[in-house]
Amino acid sequence: MASSSSFIANKKDLGLSALSSTSSPFSIPKCRKSISKKIVSVMAPQQSERKPATTGSVKIAMTMTEKILARASEKPQLSPGENVWVNVDTLMTHDVCGPGSIGIFKREFGDNAKVWDREKIVIIPDHYIFTTDERANRNVDILRDFCLEQNIKYFYDIKDLSNFKVNPDYKGVCHIALAQEGHCRPGEVLLGTDSHTCTAGAFGQFATGIGNTDAGFVLGTGKLLLKVPPTLRFVMDGEMPDYLLAKDLILQIIGEISVSGATYKSMEFVGTTVESLNMEERMTLCNMVVEAGGKNGVVPADSTTFKYLEDKTSVPYEPVYSDEQARFLSEYRFDISKLEPLVAKPHSPDNRALARECKDVKIDRVYIGSCTGGKTEDFMAAAKVFLASGKKVKVPTFLVPATQKVWMDVYSLPVPGSGGKTCSQIFEEAGCDTPANPSCGACLGGPKDTYARMNEPMVCVSTTNRNFPGRMGHKEGQIYLASPYTAAASALTGYVTDPREFL
Amino acid sequence: MAASSSTFTRNPTSIATSFNSKLSLSLFSPRSIKLPYIHPQPIIKPLGSHARPLPVLRATATPSAESTNATTFHGICYVVGDNIDTDQIIPAEYLTLVPSNPAEYEKLGSYALIGLPASYETRFIEPNEMKTKYSIVIGGDNFGCGSSREHAPVSLGAAGVAAVVAESYARIFFRNSVSTGEIYPLESEVRICEECKTGDVVTIELAESRLINHTTGKEYKLKPIGDAGPVIEAGGIFAYARKTGMIPLQSG
Repeated sequence: MASSSSFIANKKDLGLSALSSTSSPFSIPKCRKSISKKIVSVMAPQQSERKPATTGSVKIAMTMTEKILARASEKPQLSPGENVWVNVDTLMTHDVCGPGSIGIFKREFGDNAKVWDREKIVIIPDHYIFTTDERANRNVDILRDFCLEQNIKYFYDIKDLSNFKVNPDYKGVCHIALAQEGHCRPGEVLLGTDSHTCTAGAFGQFATGIGNTDAGFVLGTGKLLLKVPPTLRFVMDGEMPDYLLAKDLILQIIGEISVSGATYKSMEFVGTTVESLNMEERMTLCNMVVEAGGKNGVVPADSTTFKYLEDKTSVPYEPVYSDEQARFLSEYRFDISKLEPLVAKPHSPDNRALARECKDVKIDRVYIGSCTGGKTEDFMAAAKVFLASGKKVKVPTFLVPATQKVWMDVYSLPVPGSGGKTCSQIFEEAGCDTPANPSCGACLGGPKDTYARMNEPMVCVSTTNRNFPGRMGHKEGQIYLASPYTAAASALTGYVTDPREFL
Repeated sequence: MAASSSTFTRNPTSIATSFNSKLSLSLFSPRSIKLPYIHPQPIIKPLGSHARPLPVLRATATPSAESTNATTFHGICYVVGDNIDTDQIIPAEYLTLVPSNPAEYEKLGSYALIGLPASYETRFIEPNEMKTKYSIVIGGDNFGCGSSREHAPVSLGAAGVAAVVAESYARIFFRNSVSTGEIYPLESEVRICEECKTGDVVTIELAESRLINHTTGKEYKLKPIGDAGPVIEAGGIFAYARKTGMIPLQSG
């Protein structure tokens, strides 16, 4: 598997196609009574063992996203705009949308109905866990009851809220847990009741967020009607400067195309810069495609992907790659070596500015966490800035590891160049708050007693993904979205700060 | 197509006056009928249409899969701007409410658009009210961006909104609106959020893809709702799928 790392980087010029976007965004074809329940893992007509991208035998050149959906819908080829019934490899839901999805499943399929496949459903409590809110606690109970009743194989439960560490099954933020537990695999279709399900596109799979009703349908049938999106291709070349992180790249892109620039579209990330990114950084890139309105994001699987998956899954998978002649709606090119650290100013993720342009913005707090910026590499990056400065933070700095695994890493992995110190030691020396229980935390506000929720109209630099009014709690709160480098640098000065001041 | 006076008098409390198109076409000439009068009071659709434990009944009542929409919405509008995200439609602190639970469905409705900033001086829902008096929401670009929470279209539908008219929608919000059948997510051809004011009296004629602002006297063309229309009319994807025979009718 590792030998097939030669993904074809399409360096061709803009292949602007005249794809119509006027067709109905939602339509249901005539009755299909005889759809096979079988999940097809390999394209049927393909006799050769070689990858479709290398055989040249495909009739119509397709993008990665088109190929994944073609395979999942058991069709030899697909074009953007087609509506197809797709076989789902994995369905994920969590405590905020799971109870509603289960409610719809029961209402529509009956109280005694069984889910389509108990091993393909992953249920991850992560949003409102460490709260005394009774309804939030009840929602986790609903998940547990359902998982017991249906014998769901992958349920990452938490029962003792007083100490997450005594709950070995508990993971934390679903998108990070999915990757860490081996549920993200190249070439597959992953649907989840969370808009940031697109994070898993980092593994070269089709992954997108759906609502409760669609999830209820998938629970019962294992299928969903999806429209094939056209693809926007983002080619990022050049050596990434050591003061940049993937967060800067995606903020650059969203700033370029706006919060609706990729609506209904797939975003494919290629180029030497992308190839150089580790899996967690690729996840950051794909995580925020929904902030541009994107349906999904994809990074072609390569040796980095295969290596990450080695000890995480034994499920066979088959990566696919965009054909050289594949048609892209448009192509954007970036020379990353010239990019500077960025922020998204309030109140929109496309309100892009250079971090140094905002150096006079006084801040009240810093938040490092979430599916976007609460991974091990994100805390490593923040620790690197604190270590380089040797100073203390000037504003309260909240750290919320995404998962239990990330929390363990924060407390155990040595930070390079620190003489063996862990992130947690460096954070303590810098005067940060103690790393909190792993969960979605205050990224989306949540119940009033959520740790680090903005209950006052403050200014926060955050490694999270959205900064619309009220996102982290208070409606008049101001959120500057930034990379972990920029967030840590800002914590050290009390102003929005370019990390080059410390790195 | 346009509602007739008989429709209004037959069901004066219903905002969504929808009936079988074949019937309507045989009885009325669509082009000759004008709205007989403007309702002085905002009209809220009955609870039952969306609290719906029984979407199937409604679906089976009109077996034609090809029915064109003969639906008219009439009421006062609430106007918002661009990029109204799901946190403004229903802030995350209310997501503990489970939409498939009827009591919590109602409660979700009472919080619809509560996340709008203070710059919106007129409240969408008055304090201590469960419903809005605005049955039509008019927005700008990228309405419903952000989270995939189905609570967003559900809260609007539960509050008594029949349709949103925006320049464009975020993908998941549009899809959730259709699959739940909670609201019609209609697209305007021009930027009407700058020409309408909160409180204006408007009518939407779905078959004509038209919005009429009676307060200003202006008419606007809407983009056709297309294949999504019958799905919403049926009450969502499950109801539609049963109606069209894609999935069997529920037993019992």
